[in-house]
Formats: sequence, structure tokens, C-alpha cells
Amino acid sequence: MLRRYIVKRLFIAIPSLLIASIVVFALPRLIPGDAVQLMLEEKAYAKDIEELRAKLGLNRPLHVQYVEWAGRAVRGDLGESLWTKRPVLEEIGHRLPITLELALIALAISLLIALPVGIIAAVRQDSLGDLVARSVAILGLSVPGFWLATLVIVLPAIWWNWRPSADFTPFTTDPVANLRHMWLPALVLGIAAAAALMRLTRGMLLEVLRQDYVRTAWSKGLAERAIVFKHALRNGIIPVVTLLGTQLPQIIGGTVVIETIFGLPGMSRFLFDAINQRDYPVIQGVNLIVVSTVVMVNLAVDALYAVLDPRIRY
Amino acid sequence: MSQPGSATLDLNGAVPAPEVRRSRPALMRALLALGRFTRRKPLGALGAIIVVAMLVMAAFAERIAPYRYDETIRGARMKAPGAAHWLGTDNLSRDMWSRVVYGARVSITIGFLTIGLAMVLATAIGVTSAYFGGAWDLVVQRIVDAWLSFPYLIIILSIMAVLGPGLGNVVIALAVLIAATNSRVIRGATLGVIQHSYIEAARAMGCGHARIILRHIVPNVTATIIILATIGLGAVILAESALSFLGFGVPPPHPSWGSMLSGSGRTYMFRAPWMAIWPGVAISLAVFGFNMLGDALRDVLDPRLRGS
Repeated sequence: MLRRYIVKRLFIAIPSLLIASIVVFALPRLIPGDAVQLMLEEKAYAKDIEELRAKLGLNRPLHVQYVEWAGRAVRGDLGESLWTKRPVLEEIGHRLPITLELALIALAISLLIALPVGIIAAVRQDSLGDLVARSVAILGLSVPGFWLATLVIVLPAIWWNWRPSADFTPFTTDPVANLRHMWLPALVLGIAAAAALMRLTRGMLLEVLRQDYVRTAWSKGLAERAIVFKHALRNGIIPVVTLLGTQLPQIIGGTVVIETIFGLPGMSRFLFDAINQRDYPVIQGVNLIVVSTVVMVNLAVDALYAVLDPRIRY
Repeated sequence: MSQPGSATLDLNGAVPAPEVRRSRPALMRALLALGRFTRRKPLGALGAIIVVAMLVMAAFAERIAPYRYDETIRGARMKAPGAAHWLGTDNLSRDMWSRVVYGARVSITIGFLTIGLAMVLATAIGVTSAYFGGAWDLVVQRIVDAWLSFPYLIIILSIMAVLGPGLGNVVIALAVLIAATNSRVIRGATLGVIQHSYIEAARAMGCGHARIILRHIVPNVTATIIILATIGLGAVILAESALSFLGFGVPPPHPSWGSMLSGSGRTYMFRAPWMAIWPGVAISLAVFGFNMLGDALRDVLDPRLRGS
């Protein structure tokens, strides 16, 4: 039954992935002023524009370019960067772990903050603590990540003459130095997700706490801890799992700004530079990897959702 | 104290005009409703005050701001906040308070234009998708699925790279993105509305699709649209500031809060931290106000959440 459900979801994901791949392919080609023009103006790689366009395959009809590109992409070939001349997949391979590490630490931090605060706010509804938690959560959703990142760099520097370390060390080289560099950007990135998750945890738990079976549990004389954790939270947490899936694209989107501000050589910064340089294969490659990851994570979340709640069968 | 209707009463010596009698209770009803809203949702009322303050700043920027946003003040380069310049001055000797006030106009203009366009698109997509169903619904929902798979900043950056920076382009890029997300919610609300027997009755009476959609469905999903629009305004202001920060938003000399935080705001952030602080405070307050108001409106207007 579960397998059938997952296979069905997989079939629904395929057209989404296909449409997304068309968007990924088409978008950079609509950018005014193509890469060839830019390369010739700034680096003078070739004298003849047409010759270079032909060499890069940019002079063929769009649908032909798409089919070729998609065919190669399925085989793991995302082309070469127009600027560095290195394979896009290799370039992404160096940077993706940094972005994923940042996103996962941010997600872990957001869960560590959101779950306890959300539970306490729901159990003590309308108390001072609840009011403060809700206000802080909305404030967390309102503060722009790039501003918060700027503040955590500027204020400690002015007050205590302390600045976050500027040199990035890969996790595989020195995990301690790596985490020392990563915790602050991850915290800044995780704040907005924490606020959203906390609000949902509180809302869902409140809804569950009003159900008849919870009232029955109270009337049986069960302890509050048992009612909240064994009866209410198990049911209330299900939509939070779904939100985790939707938070991932938000967090990955947020890494564009955070990697730029904290000088992290991740995939999002690579994409940002590629957009500025109109490096088509890189823009397409990074977008394709990001979209595929998000679709797959959503699929995993759907499967997890079905496992957690046996009533869910489409 | 004389009432607005008393002149009519004195002149004619008759019963006050009916419209006057109606207008007083209406005004009182509105004030009482406002009082009830403030008591029930104090944070929502705080949000409303912030939103009204922003609207006033945007509408009367010329009167509120002591200087124009691009006016340089001789001998006032990077002055710290003080009596002469409340929020200090920037590296080009411009008054920060004036720039923040004019920045409200940019944010409000982009916010309302974007949300207006996004809501029209989202309603058209969401309502027709749920109403017609079938192949149309399937195709539209798969496109929306694909669209939602993109991290928002990445898709906006890609769209902005295509369109180029500019106020109109920011509006289009953000509206398209928000429309996709909100169309899902409006579709869900419409699916609930079309189950009702009055829709079936309208169909039985021979109403066309356009009439059923415009006269029977859209008015019944208006509460959802208002809630989405209010919360969306905060999201638009946040997204616009992020875009401007990255250099893809509103180009200079327009004083966008996001662009004030990038460029010189970051270059001089250690020497003149107020340049990097105040625009961020303005963005946070504005988004906070819209989020608070949107949350309170949702609790009041959405019957499912009423009383929670």
C-alpha cells in the first residue's frame, strides 16, 4: 500500500521535474545580452561572435539545445562553465557540500529552538511566555536575514572587537575549525525557519490538545507530560514534518545572501556569480541540482508523512 | 454637542433624514468593532498602527522628511545620530531619516502593486483550477508544483537577471512568484465553496461560468484573499529588500531600504554603523506590522481559527 503511494507520488513528481527543467533551461537564455557578447567584450576569447556561438552550440534552435542538454544532464553531464572551462558537475561537487552543510545545521538549529518553544507556548497558551514566544517568532520572521547577518558581524566588532573568522576550512580538513566558521551563518539562516516551525508546532499542538481523546487522557488522570508527549505531540508533529520539506527551498534560497556575506565558497554564491556573468551552463546546472533536490526531499517528506499517519493515502 | 443631523432637524422641523440616522450607527459600529478588535487582538492592533504609520510616511514623505532623499548636506558626512540628524547621515552627506521616510514610499508602492497583481493572478489561477478541474487543474497544478520547487530567491534572481533591475520588473517578478504560492491556498478555499448547494442552484438556474465565478465564488473566498494579501505584503517588502541588497532590485537614486543596506551601507558599516542599522529596523518594523495585522485578520476572518 505504502509502496503504491510512493510510486504514485513519484509519477506526479516526474512532470513537475520536467516542467522545472524546461524553466531551468529557458530562463538564462532569456537574459538580455548573451554570454558570447559578454566574453568577447571583457575577455576577447574569439574574434568571431558566430564562430564562438557555433562552438558553444548557442546558434541552434532552442528545442534542439534543450533535448541535447536534458539528454546529457540525465547522464550526469551538465556541460562546462563558459568562464572557467571546467565541468559544471565538478564545480558543483566542490561547493554543494558546503551549502548542504550550512542548510542542515540551520535546519537542526531551527528545530532545536522551535520544538521546545512551540510546545511550551501551546501548553501554556495565553501566558506571558506564550505572548513573548509568539511576538519573538513574528519578529524572527520579520527581520531580513541579510540585515541580521550584517548586525552579527558589525555589533560584536564594535562592542568587543570580535569578528567571525574569515578563512573557510572544509569539514574534511578540520571539523572544529569548520564548525567554528559555520555556526554563526547557520544560526542566522535558521532563525526564520525556527520562527515558522515554532508557530506551526504551537498551532498544531493547540488543535490536538482540544481533541476528545486528549480530554479522555486528562480524565483518566494521566500526567501532563504523558498527555503532551505521548498523546498530543505525536499527532501534532505531522504537519511540522511537512513544513520541514517546504522550509528547505527557503533555507537554500537564503544561503545566497548568507554565503555572500560570510564569504562561504558554497553553491549559492557560485550561482549568484554565474548569474552576474551569464554563465548559462552553471546557472542551469545549479538550478537543476537544487530543484531535483527539493523535489526529492518533498517526495521523502510525503513518504514520511504517510508512514507517520496511516490515514494518509491519496 | 450638535450632531451632524441636527441642521436637517431644525430646518424642516421633521424627523432626521434616514441616511443621517443610518450613518451614526454605522460609524459607531465601526468604532465598536475597532475597539473589540483591539481588545481581542492587541498585537494585531499594534500591527495596524505600524501599517498606518508606514502608509502616512509613504503618502506624506515630502512633508515628514526634513530633506529630500538625494539632497547632500554640506559638512555633514557620516554624522552620528543626534539632534540635527535623528538617524545620522550617510557617506554622501544625506540625511538618513529622510531616506528612511522616502524608503517607505518605495516599499509601500512595490508592496501594494505586487500584491494587487499577485492576487489577481492567484485568484484567476486558483479559482479556475478548482472550478473547472480535470485536465486544466492537473496541468496548472503541475506547473505550480514545478514553480514551487525553486527556492524563491534563486527563481527571483533568475527572473530579475532576465528582466533587468527596475521597479516595474521587481513587481512582475515578485507577483508571479507570490501568485503561484497563493493560488494553491485560493484553490483549496474554492474547492470548499463549490461544494455548497448555492453553487449548484446557480448552475441549475442557468448561470454561466463567468457569473458563477465572479458573483458566487470570488465573494466567498474574499476573506482568504484579504488574509493572504496582508501577510503577503510583509513577504514582498522582505523579498524586495533582499533583491535590492543583492543589486537586482530598485536601482539608485530611489531610496530602497534594501539597497541602503548594501553598497555604501556595508562598506562603511564599521565606521558609521547607523547606515546599516536604521534601514534594517525600518524593514523589520514594516514586515512585523503586516505580519501581526495579517495574523489577527486571519483569526478574526477565518471561521475555522475563530476562538483559537
